[in-house]
Amino acid sequence: MGFFIVQVLTGLSSAAAVFLVASGLSIIFGVTRVVNFAHGSFYMLGAFFAYTFTSHLTSVVGFWVAMLLSAIAVGLIGVVVEILILRRVYQAPELFQLVATFGVILVIQDLALLVWGAEDLLGPLAPGLDSTVNIFGTLLPEYDLALIALSLIVLVALWFLFNRTRWGCLVRAATEDREMVGALGVNQTWLFTGTFFLGSLLAGLGGAAQLPKGGASLLMDFEILAAIFVVVVVGGMGSILGAYLAAVLIFEFNAFGILILPESTLVLMFLLMAIVLILRPWGLLGKPEAPGQLGQVGPPELPYQSASRPLRIIGILFVCFLFSLPAFADDFTLVLAIEMLIMSLFAASLHFAMGPGGMVSFGHAAFFGGGAYAAALLVSHANAPMEVAMLFAPLMSGVLALIVGWFCVRLSGVYLAMLTMAFAQVAWSIVFQWDAATGGDDGILGIWPSAWASDRMAYYYLTLIASVGGILILRHVLFTPFGYAMRAVRDSAVRSESIGIRVSRQKWLAFAFSGFMAGIAGGLFVFSKGSVFPDEMAIPRSFDALIMVLLGGVKTLWGPVTGASVFTWLHDEISRFEYWRLLLGTLIIAIVLAFPQGIAGFFGNWWHRLRNKGI
Amino acid sequence: MSETSLQITGLSKSFGGVQAVMDVSFSLHPGELLALIGPNGAGKTTCFNMLNGQLKPDSGSVMLFSKETVGLKPADIWRLGVGRTFQITATYSSMTVCENVQMALLSDRQQLMSFTRRASRMYRPEALELLKQVGIVEQEDRPCSTLAYGDLKRVELAVALANNPRLLLMDEPTAGMAPKERVELMALTADIVKERNLSVLFTEHDMDVVFAHADRILVLNRGKLIADDTPENVRNNPEVRMVYLGTETEEIAHA
Repeated sequence: MGFFIVQVLTGLSSAAAVFLVASGLSIIFGVTRVVNFAHGSFYMLGAFFAYTFTSHLTSVVGFWVAMLLSAIAVGLIGVVVEILILRRVYQAPELFQLVATFGVILVIQDLALLVWGAEDLLGPLAPGLDSTVNIFGTLLPEYDLALIALSLIVLVALWFLFNRTRWGCLVRAATEDREMVGALGVNQTWLFTGTFFLGSLLAGLGGAAQLPKGGASLLMDFEILAAIFVVVVVGGMGSILGAYLAAVLIFEFNAFGILILPESTLVLMFLLMAIVLILRPWGLLGKPEAPGQLGQVGPPELPYQSASRPLRIIGILFVCFLFSLPAFADDFTLVLAIEMLIMSLFAASLHFAMGPGGMVSFGHAAFFGGGAYAAALLVSHANAPMEVAMLFAPLMSGVLALIVGWFCVRLSGVYLAMLTMAFAQVAWSIVFQWDAATGGDDGILGIWPSAWASDRMAYYYLTLIASVGGILILRHVLFTPFGYAMRAVRDSAVRSESIGIRVSRQKWLAFAFSGFMAGIAGGLFVFSKGSVFPDEMAIPRSFDALIMVLLGGVKTLWGPVTGASVFTWLHDEISRFEYWRLLLGTLIIAIVLAFPQGIAGFFGNWWHRLRNKGI
Repeated sequence: MSETSLQITGLSKSFGGVQAVMDVSFSLHPGELLALIGPNGAGKTTCFNMLNGQLKPDSGSVMLFSKETVGLKPADIWRLGVGRTFQITATYSSMTVCENVQMALLSDRQQLMSFTRRASRMYRPEALELLKQVGIVEQEDRPCSTLAYGDLKRVELAVALANNPRLLLMDEPTAGMAPKERVELMALTADIVKERNLSVLFTEHDMDVVFAHADRILVLNRGKLIADDTPENVRNNPEVRMVYLGTETEEIAHA
């Protein structure tokens, strides 16, 4: 009996911090439509601030005020980020704000490292709550009860704020119809800034509240990210009560699931999300998203045209250059070039789905890493030769994408994106937790190419032909009826249905094809490195691909290749410095502010203007 | 006329507590231009969306060329020979005018799973022929996103004609157009109907258009069909005058 109650209460207290952070994310998305990837970083900052504030200020203002001050400090950082960066890119096409928030993640990671050091910090115990309570013979930390109370207080306070104050009313109105609120003369600029303050403050509060329980570490940002995305999506984007219900549901499920299947806790959370979204595509308390809110911002793209003569010549010259590269490049350059080519193919496969396909995937690493693992497993368990493994990789990725896609294409916009991420996390947790087959965290080592391709130059040519070929195939398909039908479905689903196009099936097959092509990249990758680790399927890898596509420009066909090359090269150049994240993050933010159309998009527009002037 | 293109019996649909369409029955014959009119919120668009499969009726039957279509998807109903235009134009904004029509042709010829040839080169002459019929062939290569609204309506008509339909469903074909354009588009539609021996069901707010072109008029009010008659008789129908033109007659009386 006592055990049962304690288990329930443990679930509620674990849900508390996640709910605080998730509600902030939900509010920010509801009003500004920004999917704030940096929200996990705000949570981490909350914990670090709370560490510093409680150790210096507890004797002055008391423990709880120090906690609140750290939350406010994080809120103010959110305001700075909004004013300096996001405010300038609200009008940018598509999900470009994502890239900016990703830059913020990198910057905050290194700043936190600079200020607080690499060591994990142990949190102080809350005064007066440092003991345990006895519930029918089972012990529960007192602080757990405080967390439950805090989450309920915040839930009620937010309800009051949104239902009983003018500002809250405006926020709700803006969540429902942003344009209308603007038309009614509300100053949107400050509404957005205020929303960011509140959302970041809640993230900071969640981090601070978590400190006495779990301490503060530099890994907190990505650790919580998947959980809060799941909570927000399961609860319904923009719904606070939904976020609370979802957090409780998930953590109670976890608290009891751990007793039955201790090995599969990570999988359980995402399976729950998948089930909820299949039954209720907009989450427990969410509302259907208006079509085209995600991925369709900005002017429509121009009709596709064959590459003009000068572009063709540039392309051919570039490929000739790539073929002659081994003649004058050293080994390091070739290694970098191999990675750039593989990432270009990976990014091109994601672009295929998210640009012309209109299906933004936050979990494309599942197909990249899935291909890499499929090849590695075939080699390590069945001693298959490289050639067979490389063919097996895209096939398995394609099958995986068929399964994932079957669920995902029923949704649209940000819900689709989040569901892909959930499935990617399921795939990642299986690989991570299934030690016997995949080696878990230690990965699979010793996956080397066949003798003929083991020379660096030979492998470079293999990669070059496969990647360039793959990219050209992806491009070609966009011009064929299959690619046109996919774009038609994105442009107008009702029109497509009424001329006999099977919308779901078209999206499903397009998604699977995109996953198949990502698998080719994964197969090339594993043999170039000789090993594969779960990181290749993890969220940061999916984000890398997103950043590459968005940096390059999602509305251009050559954008992903440009973005992948620039990003991989930058990463390689910069990662020699100690604080390379700070530098890379700053650079990414600078690129976002300078080229809101993406790099290739920017030069594409410039090219068009030039041609239209008749030069 | 013995054969019917469309035979609707007892069609009903409610949303929550609102009965949008209530026990509606009518039929449509080949070569006939049938208008469906009614005040705002009468259930016209709901009716339309049930006919082309976007909405599933709560009860009732829709026989299309003697085949039951309730439960079929829009794509299946299109294959039976139904073309559709929308109240708010639905075209592919990232494609050219000609490509919009080519999409419908590609779908009609079951070429959507083709991975070999370039889509913009397939069935182009046929697409141009259709664009010629609706009078915008000179805009073939413009992006659809840059077209004037009236021209978009014509693109929709060309797209709807691409699979040689026997029935056209046109939801407010002239909404948002200038008066002169309206007359032209409806005259064009009437010509095409005659030439191809099509049946047309259309909704419309512009009474000049309705009374000039419709062979027969259905009047819908609050989900119920209150008249199904020739334009002449509908004009003189007292119930129609009451519910549909009620306020107008009062104003006239006051004037």
